Amino acid sequence: MDKVDAIIVGGGLAGLTAAYHLATAGRQVILLERGDAPGSKNVTGGRIYVDPIKDYLPGIIAEAPFERHVVKEIITVLDDDASVQLEYANDRWRSEPYMSYTVLRATFDGWLAEKVSEKGAFVIPKKKVDDLLWEEDRVVGIKAGDEEIGAHIVIAADGALSFMAEKAGLRKPLEPRNYAVAIKEIYRLDEKTIDDRFGLQPGEGTANLFVGAITRGMFGGGFLYTNRDTLSLGIVVGIGDLIQQKDPVAASLLMEEFAARPEVQRWIRGGELKEYAAHIISEAGAGGIPKLYTGGMLVAGDAAGFSLNLGLTVRGMEFAVASGAIAAGVADEALAKGDLSAAFLSRYEQKLKESFVLSDMETFRHARDVLENKRLFTVYPKFLSELLAALFTIGKGKKEPLYTSAKAAVRKYILNWEGCKDLFSVRKM
Amino acid sequence: MNVVVLVKQIPDPEALVAIGGDGVSLDIEQKFAMNLFDEFAIEEALRIKAKHAGKVKVITLGSRKAIEALRTGIAMGADEAVLLEDEAFLAGDGYATALVLSRAIAKEPFDIILCGRQAIDDDRGEVGPMVAQFLGLPHVGGILKLDVADGRAVAEVAVEGGKETVEVQLPALFTAQKGLNEPRVPLITGVMRAMKAQIARATAADLGLATAQAGRPGSKVKVVQYSPPKKKPAVQIIPGAPREAAIEAVRILMDVERVL
Ligand SMILES: Cc1cc2nc3c(=O)[nH]c(=O)nc-3n(C[C@H](O)[C@H](O)[C@H](O)COP(=O)(O)OP(=O)(O)OC[C@H]3O[C@@H](n4cnc5c(N)ncnc54)[C@H](O)[C@@H]3O)c2cc1C
Repeated sequence: MDKVDAIIVGGGLAGLTAAYHLATAGRQVILLERGDAPGSKNVTGGRIYVDPIKDYLPGIIAEAPFERHVVKEIITVLDDDASVQLEYANDRWRSEPYMSYTVLRATFDGWLAEKVSEKGAFVIPKKKVDDLLWEEDRVVGIKAGDEEIGAHIVIAADGALSFMAEKAGLRKPLEPRNYAVAIKEIYRLDEKTIDDRFGLQPGEGTANLFVGAITRGMFGGGFLYTNRDTLSLGIVVGIGDLIQQKDPVAASLLMEEFAARPEVQRWIRGGELKEYAAHIISEAGAGGIPKLYTGGMLVAGDAAGFSLNLGLTVRGMEFAVASGAIAAGVADEALAKGDLSAAFLSRYEQKLKESFVLSDMETFRHARDVLENKRLFTVYPKFLSELLAALFTIGKGKKEPLYTSAKAAVRKYILNWEGCKDLFSVRKM
Repeated sequence: MNVVVLVKQIPDPEALVAIGGDGVSLDIEQKFAMNLFDEFAIEEALRIKAKHAGKVKVITLGSRKAIEALRTGIAMGADEAVLLEDEAFLAGDGYATALVLSRAIAKEPFDIILCGRQAIDDDRGEVGPMVAQFLGLPHVGGILKLDVADGRAVAEVAVEGGKETVEVQLPALFTAQKGLNEPRVPLITGVMRAMKAQIARATAADLGLATAQAGRPGSKVKVVQYSPPKKKPAVQIIPGAPREAAIEAVRILMDVERVL
């Protein structure tokens, strides 16, 4: 069988970055994406940090079509009928080089796909890869429909559900507990309205996170990012928690309730709903990383479990870009040597350990144990809300001294055995 | 057997379309697709080539972006593609478009011209017949079957309640109707070939046309105004047990909407 140098499965950030590097190195690359176009199926919050990725997309990152640079963070803690909002702004974030940007994947991935094509790679949408081709214990290509295409190396960058990694025997079948479901809506709102509503200068953006009653005690949270002339609103909930509910609720219902909250309405009011998407996020952390290579194949990005769901935020795009670039580097070396054995490709894992990808994943290995604590989403939001209610409420009778009300709230919610345990567990992060 | 296929790139059926402030310009989301009926035409051309040898050439009139439709044609198996690209071609009606296309087709000998029976964006279905007229050829519209032999073609077209079989002398022009065939999905290797393919271009000057003959100046029909479709009322969800809800649904259909 004729073989191309490399086939990349999946046109997300991991696959596109890998294709970019291999094509730049002069390799013959085919990238197959099942969506109508790269980015069309990709869901992210999202926000991307520049420093971790700029060396992995050298030269071109400066022209990337980001939405807005983030200059402030807003955290909203919600009780059933009350909320506390905290805003953190930092003047340093207002000047270049900017630390992080909001992004829309259809735009961003579309742009990156163009860069990849300019380098001579074949980016082919509307092609779903169905299977891998094998010669003994080595992957030697892919099957898509009736077509078989040979390749010296296959890079699986097919996202969180990666069937390629599963087919290669690198990953066990999915377990619900290890995944969260996310629902995201995009609202169109004109640029000036967004600037005014969020108190931003042109080009500036905010990242808004929501935690508390909106997930009904389940692991997760909500987000709202300002794009140029749209808002990305979404909610993330652990699937394990969702299916264990006594009275199961659909994630879509949680999304509806979330979007109806006044704390959210104040931002999205008047916006026109443009897109609705659902996606899966791995929340297994370092424990969910499959074997990362086999003869003739590497796994990158979400497919390799490289994402950190820290409840309030999800981090995966930087890992996708970095692991895609590192995979391409190793693939290029292997092609040069003509050695595509698992033994040679094992240096991929070594290189990931030396980069932030596997070291950050390791640092947060136990984060889930801490974050899965239901009290974070129920007790603590209630405590905050009651404390502030005590502070601000004045009725007919005598007002208790502030100290007394505060003490009562602390006793009720925090100063107990559970609270001490929680405090103790935070050390793990 | 040389077959020419005329294709049109149209806004993706899911693309958002807004009417401009002047009432005659359209603001269309930059998402495109090949006209569905043209895919049937390409597929039929490829089948004719498979049976009778020869070559398939796809032609489109459009902006640079329309190359994508041509590449789709090549990915499916067409041999050549020509983009008719010129400022002067823009904003033309069916007449002006058909004139330019007929000039481009006439540049080389051909046996069969195929195109879609209508473009699903403006639904006018006039370019095919007009091209046949400009070239002085027979035109068979909305074909469901095509057989070619000995310089003649036998085609089936739908008529009210049945089918009509017609015969024409080649060269002739046929417009493809849904049901003619099942268009193939391009192979990966086909897409790779298409991405590498050189696409020929032709301008008004290349076709011996004066700018006054093409585009808006060459048009006979002028768009005066676009009006948006009536806004659909919001979805109504009928609550309650299935039985009661069904009864209520029937009541609404009969008494309120009066469609039953
Ligand atoms: C709601 C949500 C919010 C998030 N927020 C953030 C954030 O703010 N910041 C951040 O850094 N990260 C965030 N993430 C995580 C981030 O989006 C992912 O980590 C990142 O998209 C992973 O990129 P990837 O290239 O590995 O996978 P993907 O972007 O998922 O790309 C995989 C691609 O493979 C294609 N594919 C799959 N199977 C096949 C097949 N068989 N054949 C062909 N193609 C196939 C898919 O269509 C898809 O295009 C968020 C994720 C979600 C869901």
